[in-house]
Amino acid sequence: MIELDNIGYNYGGGELLTNVSAQLAPGSFHFLTGPSGAGKTTLLKLCYGALHPTSGRVRAFNMDVKGLDRDQTAMLRRRVGVVHQDCQFLNHLSIYENIALPLTVSGKALDSEEGNLNELINWVGLSERAEAKPPELSGGERQRAALARAVILSPDVVIADEPTGNVDWDMSQRLLRLLVELNRMGKTILVASHDLALIRAAKNQVQARVLRISDRRLTLAGADL
Amino acid sequence: MSQGRIRKILVGDAQADRVVPPSGFTAQLTLFVSGAMAFLVVFALALSLASGRLADRWSQELARAATLRINAPQDQLPAQTQVALTILQQTPGVSSAKALTPDEQAQLLSPWFGPDIPIDTLPVPQLIEIIEGNPGYDRAGLRLRLSAELPGAVLDDHTRWREPLVDAANSLRRLGLFSILLIGGATAAMITLAANAALAANAQVIEVLRLVGALDSYIAQAFIRRFTLRALIGSAVGVVLGMISILLLPEASDEGGFLTGLGFQGWGWAWPLLVPPLGALVAFVATGTAARRKLRELS
Repeated sequence: MIELDNIGYNYGGGELLTNVSAQLAPGSFHFLTGPSGAGKTTLLKLCYGALHPTSGRVRAFNMDVKGLDRDQTAMLRRRVGVVHQDCQFLNHLSIYENIALPLTVSGKALDSEEGNLNELINWVGLSERAEAKPPELSGGERQRAALARAVILSPDVVIADEPTGNVDWDMSQRLLRLLVELNRMGKTILVASHDLALIRAAKNQVQARVLRISDRRLTLAGADL
Repeated sequence: MSQGRIRKILVGDAQADRVVPPSGFTAQLTLFVSGAMAFLVVFALALSLASGRLADRWSQELARAATLRINAPQDQLPAQTQVALTILQQTPGVSSAKALTPDEQAQLLSPWFGPDIPIDTLPVPQLIEIIEGNPGYDRAGLRLRLSAELPGAVLDDHTRWREPLVDAANSLRRLGLFSILLIGGATAAMITLAANAALAANAQVIEVLRLVGALDSYIAQAFIRRFTLRALIGSAVGVVLGMISILLLPEASDEGGFLTGLGFQGWGWAWPLLVPPLGALVAFVATGTAARRKLRELS
């Protein structure tokens, strides 16, 4: 579904990733871990075309991501739902409108999607907060709203960048359960996290592979995880 | 541009409109600039149309007219006038020739000497008005014959002062049209600046929209629609104010000359109605160009 083929990434100040290869098979669940600044977010961005590798090739849905034009990149992002570390909401819109944003920009009538939208908001437990503005929400609520927005178009792949970074353990567990549930629905999941406790907890619920970035290289984590 | 896109711009999409937050400063700037420019365009149009009418009138009214001035002692003036009229009647291409009466000559001189001028006591030359036929007469030949038979007669076909006047009126018309082009260019530049400011102020919004899969055309359209409608509304207000101002100008009169004729006549009043849609078109093109360029820069 998404394939990293011997990629390297140089951000101008030096090599961040070298000879990284990985494959996200359909329906798989991957964690991406590593120390801060190791390149986890960069690797995720390479997967959905926000960045392009300086060497090697990223393929998504059998397309070379670097060869996509701007409209094709936008279409790719409708097939890859992303939960950003800082959520990336539009603060002048309500949570309901923010979650519906992918529907709005893809030209779908909200009236016909209202049932699905309400069901999704209910699934992430934000029915009571749907009309609130993003700054009025707690960290956990914002992450759940970001997850709802990421899956509203029913993408094939969900990528989450440190979704539990600013939330307590209970909320982390709640978010994890939502991601596991999505994986059971057949979605391919890639979660960047430095929270090893969360990763261990997840491995009890789902068959997840753990990839570790260290010293510019990507390796499969061992039995310690 | 597809019909669907035109419809989206005209009718809009309430949900899509809300995606980009309203930006007060650029909205007011666009409205004001469009209104002010449309107001100026109305005046430039009025100037251009009035100059055109003046040029046409001068060239048409005077093109086929000439004046023969007979300078002679007062006692010989009637005889020489008669000779001149005979010569003119014999000249092929002269449609009519008429000696001005003392009253008509006094009326011509009244702007300089007042209405009660005792013309019979002044050594005023006799004027004969000549109307040219079609085809016209041989000016050089007529001058030669007059110099032989009436040495004191001077044929003035008005070319000397008519052509510079018509040229001046035509230049004024061109100046008016050029001003309209300049105003259009300045409007486009101002709207481009305002659109760029709005796009830069909304860089974060644009980034989020790109991340959730918005096409450039979707993002650009949100700005294009906003600026096009503002330009349309601003221009419409400017045109209405401009037309009211033109209506309030003094009516055309002979005494006022060109200055009081500055305005629209007949179908000319329809021309300003084209300004709002043209202003909207300028905004549409300017915002579209700015948005496409800015979107490429931003992501």
